[in-house]
Amino acid sequence: MTSARPVHFTVNGAAATVTVEPRTTLADALRNELRLTGTHLGCEHGVCGACTVIVDGAAVRGCLVLAAQAEGREITTVEGLGSAAHLSALQLAFRKHHALQCGFCTAGILTTAHALLTEEPHADEDRIREVISGNLCRCTGYLPIIAAIMEARIAYRDVQCEAAQ
Amino acid sequence: MKLPPLDYICPATLPEAIAALAVHGGNAKVIAGGQSLMPMLAFRLAAPSVLVDIGRLPDLKSISISAEGIDIGALVTWRDIERDAQLAQAHPLLAAAIAHVAHYQVRNRGTVGGSMAHADPAAEMPGIAVTCDAMLTIVGSTGTRILSANEFLTGGLSTVLGADEILTSIRLPLWKKARRWAFEELARRRGDFALAGVAAFYDIDAQGLAHNAHIGVIGVADRPMRLPGVEAILDGRRIDADVILQAAAVARDAVDPADDIHAEAAYRRDLLGVLLERALARAANITLPEAA
Amino acid sequence: MSDVAKLLVGSAVERMEDARFLSGSGNFADDLAVEGMLHAAILRSPIAHARIVAIDASAALAMPGIHAVITARDISDTIPIIPLRLAPLPEFEPFRQPVIASDKVRYVGEPIAVVIADSRALAEDALERIGIEFEALSAVTERGASETPLFDFAEDNVALRYDAGFGDADAAFASADYVRTERFSVQRHTALPMETRGLLAEWNSSAGRLVVTGATKVTFYNRRALAQMLGLREDDIDLIEIDVGGGFGVRGEFYPEDFLIPFAARKVARPVKWIEDRREHLMAINHSRDIACELSLACRSDGMMLGLRGQVFADMGAYIRTNGGVVPAKAAQFLPGPYRIPHVSVSVEAFMTSKTPVGTYRGPGRFEANFFRERLIDMAATDLGIDIAEFRRKNLITEQELPYPIDGLVPYEGPTSYDTGDYVEVFERALKEIGWHEKRHLQGKLVDGVRHGIGLGCFVESGGAGPKENAALTLEKDGSLTVAVGSSVLGQGLETVLGQIASDTLSIPFDRIRVLHGSTTLLDEGFGTYHSRAVVMGGSAVLDAAIRLREKILQQASNHLGRPNSELKIINANVVADNGASVSFAALAAGCELQADGTFSNEVRTYSYGTHAAHVTVDPRTGAVKVLDYIAVEDVGRAINPAIVHGQAIGAIVQGLGGVFLDHLIYDDQGQLLNASLADYLVPTASDFPVLRAVTLELRPSPSNPLGAKGAGEGGIVAVAAATANAVAAALAPLNVEIHHLPLTPPRLWRLIKNAHARAITAA
Repeated sequence: MTSARPVHFTVNGAAATVTVEPRTTLADALRNELRLTGTHLGCEHGVCGACTVIVDGAAVRGCLVLAAQAEGREITTVEGLGSAAHLSALQLAFRKHHALQCGFCTAGILTTAHALLTEEPHADEDRIREVISGNLCRCTGYLPIIAAIMEARIAYRDVQCEAAQ
Repeated sequence: MKLPPLDYICPATLPEAIAALAVHGGNAKVIAGGQSLMPMLAFRLAAPSVLVDIGRLPDLKSISISAEGIDIGALVTWRDIERDAQLAQAHPLLAAAIAHVAHYQVRNRGTVGGSMAHADPAAEMPGIAVTCDAMLTIVGSTGTRILSANEFLTGGLSTVLGADEILTSIRLPLWKKARRWAFEELARRRGDFALAGVAAFYDIDAQGLAHNAHIGVIGVADRPMRLPGVEAILDGRRIDADVILQAAAVARDAVDPADDIHAEAAYRRDLLGVLLERALARAANITLPEAA
Repeated sequence: MSDVAKLLVGSAVERMEDARFLSGSGNFADDLAVEGMLHAAILRSPIAHARIVAIDASAALAMPGIHAVITARDISDTIPIIPLRLAPLPEFEPFRQPVIASDKVRYVGEPIAVVIADSRALAEDALERIGIEFEALSAVTERGASETPLFDFAEDNVALRYDAGFGDADAAFASADYVRTERFSVQRHTALPMETRGLLAEWNSSAGRLVVTGATKVTFYNRRALAQMLGLREDDIDLIEIDVGGGFGVRGEFYPEDFLIPFAARKVARPVKWIEDRREHLMAINHSRDIACELSLACRSDGMMLGLRGQVFADMGAYIRTNGGVVPAKAAQFLPGPYRIPHVSVSVEAFMTSKTPVGTYRGPGRFEANFFRERLIDMAATDLGIDIAEFRRKNLITEQELPYPIDGLVPYEGPTSYDTGDYVEVFERALKEIGWHEKRHLQGKLVDGVRHGIGLGCFVESGGAGPKENAALTLEKDGSLTVAVGSSVLGQGLETVLGQIASDTLSIPFDRIRVLHGSTTLLDEGFGTYHSRAVVMGGSAVLDAAIRLREKILQQASNHLGRPNSELKIINANVVADNGASVSFAALAAGCELQADGTFSNEVRTYSYGTHAAHVTVDPRTGAVKVLDYIAVEDVGRAINPAIVHGQAIGAIVQGLGGVFLDHLIYDDQGQLLNASLADYLVPTASDFPVLRAVTLELRPSPSNPLGAKGAGEGGIVAVAAATANAVAAALAPLNVEIHHLPLTPPRLWRLIKNAHARAITAA
């Protein structure tokens, strides 16, 4: 049976149900069914990282996960990180460091960095570079992206402190 | 690059999963992390009628270290390995090799079992499995069988897995303390498949001589392989520069890589020798005089 | 400029684009969804050269959810041909590309059929069910390799040959103390913007109007072309530009799909969206570079350059697309570079092969030409026993010699001159930045198993192509400003830069400005974005409009306040009179329409210039290269936003390093593209080149535009191959390795080292 069927998960804190063919990727389901178009498709074969979303705390390539595999999971997309009016510390650091130009790869890099810094707010430059090497950017040359993520670490440390208290 | 039409089922137990595979015969394909399978589906290089998702099967996600060995469940991800400090101590060669696998996002989903079943000739996990005499547990309709990694891998992207079989775990023999080891590979970019790679270890006896040498290579044949000729040179010898150079020369002759778009065969052959020299020098903690 | 506390032009203002991109609320082509929308997928030729005998789409058409399968037969008896936008040499006319293959296919990826379906997935399913019978023909994959002409009317596969130059090169070579000739090449690669192409075409049959969203770069030109092909009036078509995920030269030219998708929308009378997938992107979008060159240099024994001869051989692929012969023409034109070479002769041969057609990619021709020349300079300096820096210093054109004419190198262009600059000062700055004097002793040295090399590359870079650009500024009723410009946005931050110019001129807060761009609905005419022209031309047009609008605002305020213009000042979106009376922009705009058009016409090109320097190590046993340090110094005349200019430079350097080490479209001798995936087509990642620096200077503004800008999008890439390949060559010089060909992959460098070693043994 290849016809559409419902899949339930949580996106950016809200419950969602999508009714999709089994072949549908999570990225396509988010974009086309939920109209969360901030998640971009740059290659659809798991190399460019533009479609990175966070599933149960782990950054994953949205084109390499079936929507059906996300049943019951908690998903965070770029739209869940902050709004245009209320950018997060990470997003603000990107703006400050000119860490984006065309903006197409940006969502995937933000979600990747968010997942990383949430787990590893003390990640060093080499670790950040290693992690971001799973995301392609053709505009910036990566330097400002690394600088922005380095700067944003402090905000995640604060979050960790609050959580600890 | 949308996937071909297919069905998807997500069984709750291993017997259910095997039954589902058996029903669909060769038209079903097991998916776990999907990090190798999904790109093949996107390119429509594979078109199974049904995907059997084993991602939610219980008991395949554990790493356990016992007197019998190190058991790694098929659903253990690279990230699980990377974050397991005990495992890094228990098997430093595995940890070092796995550090080269793919990228952050893929490491979060890619699994040990998936990598073994995909059987890419340049992949690290099959290379470690072959190098370290790993034993694989395979469960199917007709029961369970246990095979060595060498028996399991039959060629590039091919294994002995039957249509109704699932690889459930992999056991690495316990790692000896004070073992000498190194892992070396060269890839075009961080996270890419290696142009060639070497996993090497040996033990040292009371006289300071090497024995139990295991030399495995990736990226230079249609599957990972041990180099018994090289191991024979190392066993019973004190590992010095001469022995290392001799071993590297034998290694170059022992492999017969193919040309492809990333490198000519002669390059891979020579690179393998260089990587082996470097791996053995590091394992022995000596500095080789650099030629060129 | 008006009184404001702080001028924005020249400062690193945070971009107005960023909030929407950072929050995921950008609007890219694939984000579009309209009622009744269908999806297209394109069947592309799987073989390089063949006759199409028959196409059977019946099985595909019978599948549920399939609305149409469009082939050449459905279009018309005469298939529309894509026009030459640039370098329209008549020789190229017969080689232009039809929008769909009818009788023959000439490259892997050429469109044969378009499937229209309820979803992209269904459309792709249907592609697999279209049967095509081919009669295979032999593929042509290199110059002079085949007796078979690819085009029936042609005797061979050479589309164009020409000679150009100035001075008397033959005499210069005859009298020279020293001559060296070498053959070089740059591999075929492409820009790879992160967003693939995409279009949404909507046909309104009752109004007879077509709207195409997702267009960019040269929308007005493309509208003209499309109108002709569809038999519509230009006014009946609108091309709408939305957010664009990178251009770098390849995006926005008129491609087959720019006809096929609107045609399909009209045919099925439903909106049709097409999003190029990455696999088809690699075989469909313009490829570039792929230039070989035989270059000869004549010098005096003291290193003074006397003459240069270059033969440029360009693999154009299967058709000549919109860019015509720009790539080889610019490769020839920029062979002399920033040096005083009195006698130059160049020739160009553009030949056809069974590969994807070629077009411009950031720094077209320059990346290649600078590599060829700077490599040969290092060889010549070494032969003559002259330090490579001293050799360049001696030959760089001095400021006193500017303007320096370089006429006659491009047959379809008029006279042109390098405009302003201090080439030597910028060169010295690059030497200082890389630490040339402290580090030169490292050249070729083996340290910890790797050999060090430092390389230099000097360049001049043209920008600001004419003829014209237009802008329209409107003061809205709420006192905010709308800027509309004919330039296109390709992701480079143009909205911000134009906003800065308008803000300063009109003293309107930056956050009260909205910049609209590219779409054909905004203006009667626009010229687009290419050749580093958006700021030079579009920015100057905005400046012109802003000055005119300022006059209108002052006039209106003068009426309102009853004070003469001379007593009025604009302060923060208010007009204030000497007597303290004031009126806000909003109040003025409420009273009457305040709008001004601006334009900027200019045929004079700008010439930025600079020097790159690279410090690399090479592992001589594996061929692996590390870039330890990289510096690009460029004088851009005027940087409107230094952060944006710096970002352009750093991004361009990394793209260039990809072109040196990674990017490579690999074909086999059957014309099959072997690496149409991002797993095999390699571009730089964050780990590859962690240490890079760019210094942007504003030493000598352009005299040809009021901003003084020279264009800054391409200077970061044009000398990367030059400096980097020279560094690798310097590292390997003790091993008697010379570098002639890119990319510098570990296997290639290893092979060169092995071969040199074998030669040495044979010689001994």
